[in-house]
Amino acid sequence: MQETVDTTADAAAPTAARDRSTGAGPIVRPSLARRARRALAPLPWLAPALALIAFVVLWPVWEMFTTSRQHINSYGFNLGDYGWKNYSTLFADPNLGSVMARTALWTFAIVAITVLISLGLAQLLNRSFPGRRLVRWALIAPWAASVMMTAIVFRWMLDPNNGVVNVFLHQIGVVKDFNGSQASWLGDPTAALWWMIAVAVFVSVPFTTYALLAGLTSIPTDVYEAARMDGAGKWRTYRAITFPLLRPALLVAVLINLMNVFNSFPIIWTMTGGGPDYQTSTSTVYMYALKQFNIGESGALSVVNFGVVIIIVLVFLRANRSALKEG
Amino acid sequence: MAAATVAATQPQERAKRTRPKKPPTLRTVLLCAAAYLVGLIFILPYLEMIVTALRPQAELRDRDYLPHHLTFSNFTNIWSTGLGTNLSVSLEISIGATLLVLLVAIPAAYYTSRRKFRGKGVFLILVLVTQMFQPTSLIVGIYQEFTNTVHVNSTVALILVNAGFNLAFAIWILNAYFGAIPKELEEAAMVDGTSRIGAMFRVIIPLALPGIVTALIFTFIAAWNEFITALTLTNTDSSEPLTVKMNTFIGQYSTDWQHLFAGSVIATIPVIILFAFIEGKVVSGLTAGSVK
Repeated sequence: MQETVDTTADAAAPTAARDRSTGAGPIVRPSLARRARRALAPLPWLAPALALIAFVVLWPVWEMFTTSRQHINSYGFNLGDYGWKNYSTLFADPNLGSVMARTALWTFAIVAITVLISLGLAQLLNRSFPGRRLVRWALIAPWAASVMMTAIVFRWMLDPNNGVVNVFLHQIGVVKDFNGSQASWLGDPTAALWWMIAVAVFVSVPFTTYALLAGLTSIPTDVYEAARMDGAGKWRTYRAITFPLLRPALLVAVLINLMNVFNSFPIIWTMTGGGPDYQTSTSTVYMYALKQFNIGESGALSVVNFGVVIIIVLVFLRANRSALKEG
Repeated sequence: MAAATVAATQPQERAKRTRPKKPPTLRTVLLCAAAYLVGLIFILPYLEMIVTALRPQAELRDRDYLPHHLTFSNFTNIWSTGLGTNLSVSLEISIGATLLVLLVAIPAAYYTSRRKFRGKGVFLILVLVTQMFQPTSLIVGIYQEFTNTVHVNSTVALILVNAGFNLAFAIWILNAYFGAIPKELEEAAMVDGTSRIGAMFRVIIPLALPGIVTALIFTFIAAWNEFITALTLTNTDSSEPLTVKMNTFIGQYSTDWQHLFAGSVIATIPVIILFAFIEGKVVSGLTAGSVK
């Protein structure tokens, strides 16, 4: 609805400007030089930003496409055009199916769990209680710290010999023997994947909670007042008021998380390296692993990944329409 | 006005209603306990990082939560591994990227916040899209660009890449800050004979300082923590920033855990503290105006 109004407003603005400049006389368009000058006026201000974006974002996109169509051997020599061979190699790759299925599980599980936990945490931190500031600061830590370093600590905490997780699980009787197969969580592909999902949730919750908190504080309090006057209970108030009003914040948080989680690399790379035998690799990690010995196939996979990223971006843009219109 | 009054009095009313005159109810106590537990969980790995860094060699493999003795020798020994060089590489990359971002983002954000022009929407969309892309998704392209065509040293390459991928956050948050400054202030300065650029430096930038500091700290931290591009573009020990260096401490069979964690503490704790200064403002920059 709003969108339609906006496009017409946009279209009307240049027309109005033109009308004013021509005045009542016959249609005299401003001279070419003047129009060119007006069109180029923003350039000195925007050119540095545009140049930087072109250099480190658009150029790599182009390089990636080129690479995916080149025959490059494992020594890095470019043997020329390869057509779609890298793509057929990729789609015939026996690892691809399981890697893609794992990527879907990885992305969906992490985003879903993160959002559920963050919805609860945002409610909790929206209350006032003594020491709230300290708790909010504590929540910052995983967000500010390098994901790679956080992953290293978790790897250490899961150490089969003396990791604190195993020490604790031994005390409560879950883990029977240190150094046993049960204690070496990261050696088993399934257990490793779930532990890494937990770590990814751990580093995603802070931003998500903060984004939802920002959404919660933006809900005017008189709406709640009205709901209470109408005798709405707690759960009903949440479902009928809080959740709908929180939706924009939730949507943006989900999309940013989708992007981060899909592109997540340091957790898996640090904790298992994607192994054993690519059994804990997502498509991002697999792409990186392929890069070491078959950069053409890696390029093809990165184009596929890029397609996924573009889809997320398009959804993000649709969700962000209102913000864009202001700009 | 009326809404503001309601907002101001309402929490007190609610507090009165849910909490009679008695001392804190069980509910409040449970709420607090839950919140503190959550807080503790989120700093636990970083506490473990510090504790391990303080463990003496003899107690490294002990199966307990806290060592019996503490030692600072890990923090002094670690410099012999060449950590100083890596630390300065990290600083060069982060400071370089931050300066470049400010240099490029301030004019763009200023102009888009002050003028209406054709292509403004397209420009802001382009910027927003770069925020969504991450070096990870383009890593093959970045690698090819900087190994085959653009021959610069890895520090310069990392400054450029980090600046490019963090530009969006800076432009959006500065755009919001600049936009909130009344045009009249600037016009008054220009009537007094200052040029537009002079007005930008004397009026706008000082008033938008909180936004600039936010952009500055955010970019610094993002560049400081960046891993995959640094891993891809550096190939000598002395050109690696801290993140990549820390990763090399993990060996196939043996890992130098204490030094690894001493280094991690040095690389991590300052950033967490720095981040606390801008916590409130970061969300609005990342969600770019859609969460109000």
